[in-house]
Amino acid sequence: MTTYLVPLVLIGGLTSTGVYLLLERNLTRMLLGLLLIGNAINLLILTVGGPSGNPPVRGRTSNGETTTADPLAQGMILTAIVITMGIAAFVLALTYRSYRLTTEEEVTDDPEDTRVSHLSSKEATALDEDRPQPQPARDTDLPDELDALPGLEGSK
Amino acid sequence: MSTASVLTPLPVLIPMLGAALTLVAGRRPRLQRAITLAALCVVVAVCAALLYLTDRGGTLALHVGGWGPTESGMGPLGITLVVDRLSALMLVVSSIVLLAVVFYAIGQGIRDGDERQPVSIFLPTYLVLSAGVCTAFLAGDLFNLFVGFEVLLSASFVLLTIGASKDRVRAGIAYVMVSMVSSLIFLFGIALVYAATGTLNMAELAVRLDGVTVGTRTALFAVLLVAFGIKAAVFPLSTWLPDSYPTAPAPVTAVFAGLLTKVGVYAIIRAHSLLFPSGGLDKLLLVAALLTMLVGILGAIAQSDIKRLLSFTLVSHIGYMVFGIALSSQLGMSGAIYYVAHHIVVQTTLFLVVGLIERQAGASTMQRLGGLATASPLLAFVFVVPALNLGGIPPFSGFIGKVALLEAGAQNGSVLAWMLVGGGVLTSLLTLYVLVRVWTKAFWRAREDAPEGHLSGAAPSALLDEPADIQFVDRDHVGRMPVGMVVPTAALIAVGLTLTVMAGPIFAYAGRAADEVLDRGQYITAVVEGRQR
Repeated sequence: MTTYLVPLVLIGGLTSTGVYLLLERNLTRMLLGLLLIGNAINLLILTVGGPSGNPPVRGRTSNGETTTADPLAQGMILTAIVITMGIAAFVLALTYRSYRLTTEEEVTDDPEDTRVSHLSSKEATALDEDRPQPQPARDTDLPDELDALPGLEGSK
Repeated sequence: MSTASVLTPLPVLIPMLGAALTLVAGRRPRLQRAITLAALCVVVAVCAALLYLTDRGGTLALHVGGWGPTESGMGPLGITLVVDRLSALMLVVSSIVLLAVVFYAIGQGIRDGDERQPVSIFLPTYLVLSAGVCTAFLAGDLFNLFVGFEVLLSASFVLLTIGASKDRVRAGIAYVMVSMVSSLIFLFGIALVYAATGTLNMAELAVRLDGVTVGTRTALFAVLLVAFGIKAAVFPLSTWLPDSYPTAPAPVTAVFAGLLTKVGVYAIIRAHSLLFPSGGLDKLLLVAALLTMLVGILGAIAQSDIKRLLSFTLVSHIGYMVFGIALSSQLGMSGAIYYVAHHIVVQTTLFLVVGLIERQAGASTMQRLGGLATASPLLAFVFVVPALNLGGIPPFSGFIGKVALLEAGAQNGSVLAWMLVGGGVLTSLLTLYVLVRVWTKAFWRAREDAPEGHLSGAAPSALLDEPADIQFVDRDHVGRMPVGMVVPTAALIAVGLTLTVMAGPIFAYAGRAADEVLDRGQYITAVVEGRQR
C-alpha cells in the first residue's frame, strides 16, 4: 500500500490542533476540537481505504483509472460525518442552554466533588455523623448554652 | 428463512419501531406507555428464545440483506449480526433490566405527576437506548459496534440532560465530551484496524490479525482498549462516571449504571478474546483492574450522597470483571461473565432503591437521612437484600461470582494475580463497609440525629430536578410507595435471587459461554460459512 505524505501531515496537524482545543474549558473551542479530530479521522479512513479509482458502481468508469475505489471507506466516513454532525448540534444546544443558565460557557467542576475532596479527614467523618449524644459522665454545672463549645459537646 | 434468522435482528428492530410509534403517539401518554411496555416485553421473549437457540445449537450469524460470504472466497460484505452464548446472556439480562426500569419510571410518573415534564420524549429515547444496547451486543463487525455505541450514547445524552436543569446541563456537558472523545478514539482504532487488515468483520479480523506483526497488533489493541476502557469506566479513565451519573433521574441512573458500562466490558471481552487472544496487554489490564477496584471503593468511602457512593462502587466493581478477563483462563472468563450478569441486576436494583428512598424521605444524602427502617420496613428490606448481594455475603450471587474470580486468580498463581486476589477481598470488605454505613446512617439512626435531618426536598420528582428544600415537617405526606415502583424493584431482586438459587445451571452456562468465547472457532465458522439454521 502506498501512502502520500500530504494527507498524513494534514491528519497529524488536524488531530494535534483538535487535541489542543479539546483541552480548553471553553465549550465552543471543545466542540471545534471534536470536529477537527473527527475530520482528521475521516481523512485517515479515506487514506487507508486505498488509492483513488473508478466509482464503486458497476459499469461506471473514470477516465484512465484501472482500479475501483474502496466503497466501504466512503460508507464509513458518511456514517461518521452524520453522527458527528448530530452530536455537534446537540452540544451546541447544550452550550446555549448552559449559557442561558449560568451566563458562561465554560465547563465547571462538579461542586459535590470539590466539596468532598476539600474536606479534611476530621470533617469528613463529622459530615454525616450523628448529632452529639448527651453524655451523663460529662455532665457539668455549666449552663447548657455552652454545650456547643469545643470540648463541652453534649455535656448537658 | 429459519426461526433463528428471523429472531436475530428483532432485539434491534422492535425497540426502534417502538420508538417511532411512541414518538407519533407523543400526545397520548397511555398509548405511549402501552407501546413501550409491549415492545420491551416482546424483546425479553425474543432474547430468551435466542438464549435457548444458541445454547442448544451454537453460534448464530445473520448477514443482513444477504450480503454474506460469496463463493469466490470473499468474506461477508454487509452487516453481520452474531449471537453466541455470551451475547445471548447479555441480551436476556439487559432486556429484563430495561423492562423493569421502564415499568418503574412509568409507575413513578403516574403516581408523582409529570405534567411539567417532557415525558413525551422520555419513552421514545428510552427505546432508542434499548435498541442501541442490543445493537452493541449483536454487532458482528467493529463498525456496527461503533454505530451501536453511538445510538446508545446519543439516547443517553438526551436522558441524562432531561429537563435541562443547571446541574444536569453541567453534568451532561462533561459526559457528552468524554463520551465523544472515547467514540473518536474508537473510530481512530477502527481506521487503524482497517489499514492493517482491510476488513472490519470481527470473524475475518480474528483470522487476519493473526498474520499481523505482534507490535502492530498490540498497538491496535491498546487503542481499542482505551476507547472501551472509557466506556466501561476502568481506572484511570473512570473519573467521568461519578460526576455525571448521579444528577440524572433515578430510573435513568439505574439503567445507565446497569447497562452502559457493561456494554464497554462486553466490548473488552470481545476484543480481548476474539480479536487479540495473545494476551499481550494482560499485565496492564490486571494492574488497571486492581487500581479500579481500590480507587473506586476508596472514593465511595468519602461520599455522603448515596447515589454518588453507588456510582463509585460501580466503578470499583468493574475492576472485578476486568480482572476475570485479564486472567485469560476459562474459569476467569466464566467468572467475569457471571459477574457481569450479577452486577447488571444488582447495581440497577440498588439505584432503583435509591429512587424509592428519595421519594420516601425527600433526600438521597446521608446528611439528611435517618429512621427509614421504622418509617418503611419494606424499603429496608428491598435495600438490604441487594446491598448484601453487592457486598458479597454468602450465599448471594455476588459471593459466588467473587469466589469464582478469586479461585481463577489463585489458579493463575502469579504474584500479580495474588495481589489482585488480595485486592478483590479487600474491595469486597470495603464495599460491605460502605453499604453498612448507609444502613446504619439512613435506616437505623433516628432522623433527628442526622445533621441536616430537618431538611427535605419539596416534592417527590419523577424526572425533573426539584432543587427546592423545605423543612421536613412541612413536607406533604407523600403516601405509600407506589406499587408501580416497588413491584419492578422487587422483581429485579427476585432476578438477583434467581442468579443465586439457580447458580449451578447459570454458572455452567457462563462456563459454556466462556469456552465458546475463548475457543473462537465456533464464532469464526458461523460467520464465515454463513451458517443459517
